[in-house]
Amino acid sequence: MGDMTIRPEDAPVVVEELTETDVLANTPKAGGERDLRITDSTLRDGSHAMSHQFTEEQVRGVVHALDKAGVEVIEVSHGDGLGGSSFNYGFSKVDEMKLIAAAVEEATQAKIAILMLPGLGTVHDLKNAHAAGASVARIATHCTEADVSIQHFGAARALGMETVGFLMLSHKASPAKLAEQARIMVDAGAQCVYVVDSAGALVLSDAQERIKAVIDEIGPQAQVGFHGHQNLSLGIANSVLAYQAGALQIDGALCALGAGAGNSPTEVLAATFERMGIRTGVDLGEVLSAAEDVVRPFIPRLPWMDRASITQGYAGVYSSFLLHAERAAERYDVPAHEILQKVGEYGYVGGQEDMIIDIALQLAEERRNLVDLGDLAGMGVR
Amino acid sequence: MSTPARTKGTAAIVGPGNIGTDLMFKLMRRSDVLDPRWMIGVDPASDGLRRAKSLGLEASHEGVDWLLAQDELPDIVFECTSAKAHEANAPRYAEAGILAVDLTPAAVGPYLCPPVNLDFNLDAMNVNMITCGGQATTPMVKAVSSVVPVPYAEIVASISSKSAGPGTRANIDEFTETTSAALEVVGGAERGKAIIILNPVEPPLMMRNSVFCAIPAEAAEPGELQDRILASIHAMVAEVQDYVPGYHLRADPQFDHARDTWKGMARVFVPIEVKGRGDYLPDYAGNLDIITAAAARVGDIMVAHRLGVASTWKSSAQLGDVPDPLVGAGADAQKAGV
Repeated sequence: MGDMTIRPEDAPVVVEELTETDVLANTPKAGGERDLRITDSTLRDGSHAMSHQFTEEQVRGVVHALDKAGVEVIEVSHGDGLGGSSFNYGFSKVDEMKLIAAAVEEATQAKIAILMLPGLGTVHDLKNAHAAGASVARIATHCTEADVSIQHFGAARALGMETVGFLMLSHKASPAKLAEQARIMVDAGAQCVYVVDSAGALVLSDAQERIKAVIDEIGPQAQVGFHGHQNLSLGIANSVLAYQAGALQIDGALCALGAGAGNSPTEVLAATFERMGIRTGVDLGEVLSAAEDVVRPFIPRLPWMDRASITQGYAGVYSSFLLHAERAAERYDVPAHEILQKVGEYGYVGGQEDMIIDIALQLAEERRNLVDLGDLAGMGVR
Repeated sequence: MSTPARTKGTAAIVGPGNIGTDLMFKLMRRSDVLDPRWMIGVDPASDGLRRAKSLGLEASHEGVDWLLAQDELPDIVFECTSAKAHEANAPRYAEAGILAVDLTPAAVGPYLCPPVNLDFNLDAMNVNMITCGGQATTPMVKAVSSVVPVPYAEIVASISSKSAGPGTRANIDEFTETTSAALEVVGGAERGKAIIILNPVEPPLMMRNSVFCAIPAEAAEPGELQDRILASIHAMVAEVQDYVPGYHLRADPQFDHARDTWKGMARVFVPIEVKGRGDYLPDYAGNLDIITAAAARVGDIMVAHRLGVASTWKSSAQLGDVPDPLVGAGADAQKAGV
């Protein structure tokens, strides 16, 4: 796994001290001039943490609060994107098209975005989402497989949607490889490409180097964005570094509601950027209340950095595998973190949730063999 | 005096990529009825065309126009291009009286999966081989649906990035849509859903398919019904192994109790791994192996029917592990990392 220490040279340099007056002077009003755009993914990435059980009422409440706070883009979809409702990823309680339509109805200024993963969702799903009123298409592939998204970017642009490319598990590709893949998406019609830290595995300079490489390749033809996870608690720090490297779109989720240990909390992004004098166009008071009063009350379990989710960040495992690993752990009586460690070793990518069952069966078999051999120490019995 | 009855039919392969080349090896090795004579492409620099030529086929980079302008036309053509190309070519093959086996997701003709519906209309002029994921998974759905009703079947096909060619990548929606439809039409599920995942990990992963079927609650509990489902699955695995020896269960089928979130249905999960035979492609490319093996088998049967001779298909058991004169070429391909 290598050296996990954070080297001093990776630490960002504070160029100048900000005074409180500077902060107040730079505090933007909702919808005003801004330096970056925050996209809130509570109602998409958060779907993982909710086991895809969002109700229409919850969606309306969150959209209303975010819209009022001045968040300009709100993503609404099954956690695994359009068409994700399935045995493999979990069935949605409410049809996502219904949720998208409700979100569109509730928003006054915000655009409603959808996520789709080619191979799982199709152009047909994209058209349905567009018909329901979604106007931003975020199209995601594994970080080395951008060419499977070409037909979907074409279709999204033909529908007149704003387009965003999502390079998932970005820690698995070198900065140069990521830049090459971003180029494929931009040539296909992406207006922004995100470096997506799906495993929460990018450690500071890892994130910044990737953002820089992608900007060097596609700027100014398209914007660059960053989507962080909290598995190693670096979502906010990585987002700040991404902005400083030139990223103009940053993802968050209220109360960090998202896969694994959750996303960069939108309300913390807003507070941090405001403290730095970087204008997001988001009203801090409103977004804090959206998190505290609207989202917090309905969350069954706050995303948290526990043994399993930290293992995801450490071993580079797709964050949405967390609850699936916990369920398999319970069913087959093997530890969730061991399952996730194996997922990392085998290099499974987003969408391969079914492999968790394989691994759990394999671990259970190994344990049985140890029992047969009477090897209690091997089973961890001390 | 009549000419002596023909015992062999001529075959053309259109599309000299990974699938076309692997199919060429399979026809040479496994069928005495089919004589692969032409390999057709559009790129003069194609490796596949060069390889076909070196094995004695007539290779042209001038496309289907060239093939159809020849004095002698093939009895059967195997389309290994793209869905769009086959949609354009299909009427031309039909007009020329050439039988077409379609390995693209175009689905101009009926879906075929050898262990499930080989009792199809042998006089059809165009048949479709679904997709690699469809060939791997519809037999399992059929195995379950022939015992209990399956209101919903879902499959996840994970394949190595290296084995997904440009055609698959450019048209990934066609894969999911065609496979979903085949889960219903061939597999017998009321509703089908297909998902494909490309994984770039090195060394490449074997093709892995997960089949999930919604089943009645009682079928997930130990008992006679569950035993019949298991027996049906194992019998079907053996049938597929007859032409794809690397097809096997990765683990025992897993039954999950009924749940409210599954509308009161229970679930069976069948994990399938497909190790390629390495006819031309490396063994991780089981996804290509399974569709070319199915296509070769179907072509052999259909042409044998037309010629009025017995199908000479050599099963895996008959082929055994005897060394093959073509193995050298396959090994080269493995080294080249096709």
